[in-house]
Amino acid sequence: MATEKICGIETEYGILVTGMEMSPMTASSLLVNAYTDDGLSLRAWDFEHERPDIDARSGWNPTADYPEVEMLMANSVLSNGSRFYVDHAHPEISTPECRSIRDVVLYDRASEEIIRQSLSRANRRLPDGVEMRLYKNNSDGKGNSYGCHENYLVSRHTPFGALSTFITTHFVSRQVFTGAGKVGVEQPREGEARVWYQISQRADFFEEPVGLETTVRRPIVNTRDEPHCDPSQWRRLHVIVGDANMSETATFLKLGSTAIVLAMIEDGVFPESLVINDPVTEIRRVSHDITMTHAMHMRDGSYKTALEIQDEILQQAIQWFAQVESDPLGGDSQEVIRLWGDVLARLNNDPESLTDTIDWIAKRRILEAMRIRDDLAYDHPRLKAIDLQYHEMSESRGLYPKLGCLTMCQQVDVLRAMSLPPSDTRAFFRGTCISTWPQSVTSANWDSVVFDVGEAHLQRIPMMNPLKGTKDHVGHLFEECSTVQELLLRLGDDVESVVDDPGW
Amino acid sequence: MSESIRQSKTSSKEGQSGLVTEQSGDHNSAELVDALDDILDQIDEVLEQNAEEFVKNYVQKGGQ
Repeated sequence: MATEKICGIETEYGILVTGMEMSPMTASSLLVNAYTDDGLSLRAWDFEHERPDIDARSGWNPTADYPEVEMLMANSVLSNGSRFYVDHAHPEISTPECRSIRDVVLYDRASEEIIRQSLSRANRRLPDGVEMRLYKNNSDGKGNSYGCHENYLVSRHTPFGALSTFITTHFVSRQVFTGAGKVGVEQPREGEARVWYQISQRADFFEEPVGLETTVRRPIVNTRDEPHCDPSQWRRLHVIVGDANMSETATFLKLGSTAIVLAMIEDGVFPESLVINDPVTEIRRVSHDITMTHAMHMRDGSYKTALEIQDEILQQAIQWFAQVESDPLGGDSQEVIRLWGDVLARLNNDPESLTDTIDWIAKRRILEAMRIRDDLAYDHPRLKAIDLQYHEMSESRGLYPKLGCLTMCQQVDVLRAMSLPPSDTRAFFRGTCISTWPQSVTSANWDSVVFDVGEAHLQRIPMMNPLKGTKDHVGHLFEECSTVQELLLRLGDDVESVVDDPGW
Repeated sequence: MSESIRQSKTSSKEGQSGLVTEQSGDHNSAELVDALDDILDQIDEVLEQNAEEFVKNYVQKGGQ
């Protein structure tokens, strides 16, 4: 039976300062600190257990160009259980761990609102004539990319080779509904036709089928083996191949379809014939073909379009779901499958009916309308400006909110999710500790919270099971304990003394 | 957008959001063209005046 799909999203935002010279690292720190200096967040990330150098295929891999762990930049944990920090010259926010796909969408939206509020506060601190701007996109159009990563827990017992082979098929073909659209081509290959518009922001940047790197020679399947939980039970699939979506529906479908495909692989029912011969070449070709008619050479000798592959995966998903005893997507599988089928049918028959649902189609509609109205050449800078501003987070300048796209989340829920954690994962314990005893929590990370209760040693609460530390599990403790000392006493054997200086 | 995407269940779990069940109704093509014209007008108001300069200056360091 498939593992419950605990999921989350981490998004690096594009950052620009106009009116003065400011490094993106300084600007990103200013942004994060502007949000977290109200005392309601924790400004210390615990780097214990951070190991981006462990490879899912071969264990420790010292020769790979894995990213260094940056310990000196702004790095905060918020009361909703998320992490807001500076990573590689970009502000980044990671949602808390979520047990349903709806909650991931909700916390991704809450992250956007946190970013907007931070931006507003940061801009009030800048001199007149200086402005910070943020973009939820993945490329500057000049060959530089930054990521929106998805994370899914999968069983440690599923062979990584099979997982990697089959999930690649989904990653290459799912672009038809996950793509955020991009004007132009980056890192062009010899002999390749230069299209004016493509489906994905990110597809141009993948050079390997599988690998540990994330900043150079990016692989379609990233092998970072850093589960942030009990490694004997789980691995965390760290997905770097996707676009950041503005459309809530696209985010829901991106996470939901991928979680279902992973569950099908775990259950051994993914269609084994669906293997793409040359995924590194095909991921670009699929992205560069907005007619969605490009046929890929499959390992069994056949040729299939991305839509044909997706249709086959969906049919198998319907059969899989009819057999599962317990929904690994927290009750969302049925809705994911319904929406997946509807979107694929429209992509096949009437893609223009998805102008308020799928990012690359919504963006193309306004680009084409502007191009025709003003008789613009395909390479006119105004079209690229629309591409960038589609993703801009400023309420006045951002274009996406003006398009009237379909929403999933109620604003009241989004506002609540800015400060409250999900109730059904360990994020509840992390976030509630920070909001209840902000003075006593000295640091936190995904799998532990560290307290200073005035004794010789700090006290660490390990959280190696993401399904514990929930409201059902520990909610009563926050009602019954009036001090941290009481909480630690009640947790008893779960508390570890931290002898060494933790290093922040 | 037809009803098939918009009509969706609201989560039974308290505190979780459901898909918004908006009724879009039928639009004729003239209405759609008008709506698109309105959107283009709104874009005109906020789009960078010097698009070439803006696009040229949008340079990011690579991330993950």
